[in-house]
Amino acid sequence: MYALVDCNNFYVSCERVFAPQLEGRPVVVLSNNDGCLISRSQEAKDLGLKMGEPYHLVRPLLEQHRVQVFSSNYALYGDMSRRVVQVMSSFTPAVEVYSIDEAFLDFSGLDWITKKSDLLTYGQQVRNTVLNYTGIPTCVGIAPTKTLAKLANRLAPRTGPTRTMVLATAADWEPALARVPVDTIWGVGRRYARKLTELGINTGLELARLPEHWLRRHLGGVVGQRLWRELHGQPCLEWNPAEWDDDQLQPNTASRHSVTCTRSFGRPQHQETVLAEAVATFATKAAEKLRRHGQAAHLVTVILGTDRFAPAPGPKTHTAVISLPTSTNDTGMLIKAALQGLRHLRRAGTAYHRAGVLLTGLEPEGQAQLGLFSGSAADQQRSQQLMKAMDGLNARFGRQLVRSAAMGVAKNVDGLLQKPVWAGRAAHCSPRYTTGWDELWQVR
Amino acid sequence: MDTAMLTSLHDFISASLFSTRELPLFGCPVPAGFPSPADDHLEGPFDLNRLLFRHPASTFLARVSGDSMIEAGIHPGDLVAVDRALRADHGSIVVAVVEGEHTIKRLQFRAGQPWLVAENARYAPLPIDPDVGLLVWGVVTHVIHSLAGAPAAK
Repeated sequence: MYALVDCNNFYVSCERVFAPQLEGRPVVVLSNNDGCLISRSQEAKDLGLKMGEPYHLVRPLLEQHRVQVFSSNYALYGDMSRRVVQVMSSFTPAVEVYSIDEAFLDFSGLDWITKKSDLLTYGQQVRNTVLNYTGIPTCVGIAPTKTLAKLANRLAPRTGPTRTMVLATAADWEPALARVPVDTIWGVGRRYARKLTELGINTGLELARLPEHWLRRHLGGVVGQRLWRELHGQPCLEWNPAEWDDDQLQPNTASRHSVTCTRSFGRPQHQETVLAEAVATFATKAAEKLRRHGQAAHLVTVILGTDRFAPAPGPKTHTAVISLPTSTNDTGMLIKAALQGLRHLRRAGTAYHRAGVLLTGLEPEGQAQLGLFSGSAADQQRSQQLMKAMDGLNARFGRQLVRSAAMGVAKNVDGLLQKPVWAGRAAHCSPRYTTGWDELWQVR
Repeated sequence: MDTAMLTSLHDFISASLFSTRELPLFGCPVPAGFPSPADDHLEGPFDLNRLLFRHPASTFLARVSGDSMIEAGIHPGDLVAVDRALRADHGSIVVAVVEGEHTIKRLQFRAGQPWLVAENARYAPLPIDPDVGLLVWGVVTHVIHSLAGAPAAK
């Protein structure tokens, strides 16, 4: 059996843990740079606010109903997510974190639980413990396969103390499948959903009733076959629709071939120094990611974006590619290349709305061939030691303790790093209640 | 050079030699390559995290901002560890939710009714409205108080 535990309106729930006055009031959380709605309380949903709606469009409605608005506070959400996972780990050693607010619990070691009522009790126990220990409400779906557990979670009651749904046998999941449109089945991408509805297959049950060989032939071969089995209560270990779902913006396989860091600016920037500090910062972050994955890059692409909504024709995104003499994950070398790209790319007087650094041509680190002009083996070793020391210090004493001066060094009166000029808008951010000494949660 | 001076000079030299030696916890020098009998019992340094965060997933640090608990040794600026996994009983110091705000008080049951009691004579005990009910956020397990006058940790 698998349980899918899904945190209810996760970002809003995190905010409410530390601000109990928000209980029962409409609350929304905005995406990076205060762009659009990414989390809504039930009260906000009831007002008709939709997921992904641009903030500037719904602002009058939010003000009219006195909706509490938050910028996203990922330091807080990340810490709360870690705590939720830690609590779930006390129920089974096999917790598969699916996203910041969802995780599969593998109950296959718990075969002694066979009665449906016992499964329901166990699921409720998971939910109650997560709620008591962290303050985060969840819904739990339990079924023999992940696909059916997703379905069970979807159908679990959204209110009341239970919020757990068990689909233990075909007698449970067949009526459940009949209740849901086919495009809500996990793994049926948008493309297949269109194809299926054209063929008159509208519900999950109609899909499940098709023969196995039909799904194999028409829904992506072995993938379709796995889907069929998952819908019939036979778990497939390799089942991971995220890898092939065509709705995914960035498939998992592609992400292994590149590392990227891009941001929208809070307001347009044209100054060379500001752009250089931003690009150096993105190169640093991308380099850190690269080292975490034990990779090195051959190519550095610098991206500058102008106003997407500008009426003037022409491309809104501009890129410059710098190829490195040898693959590297040295922050200094990558910054140098990125700044070189920026000098090529930047047009004086142009205002840029976003920027980024993309590292490609990846290979495992330590495989670089020595170039004729690119320094000795001793240099490379020194660079590796320096990066290791830097990552170690930053991991221990906080990110950006040791940083390249190219990222800019502005400090305010308290000696804390000032937010850079280019930083995204986060006008409504709550304190980092659980991760920042100077922003700690307060009690009277 | 007289004897006293020699002695003090000897002290000086041996002391300076001694101070360069690092003493591992429980380790002691044993001649001729025999391992220290204490080596098998080497223990790591105390880890305060493990003491303060018995349930790391459910324990939160908070900074105290008022003086209502001063007679319980909880001062403004102190840090408190609040554990959500523990059950609040009569006498527990808790963080409770009162009128949408977090407040730190001692929980008492008087004639079966819950009260939130300050540890400061200037604050009156607060009965819990039975219609609203008592909402305990977590139980305070430790207080970290800095004696140097500065707030605990920054």
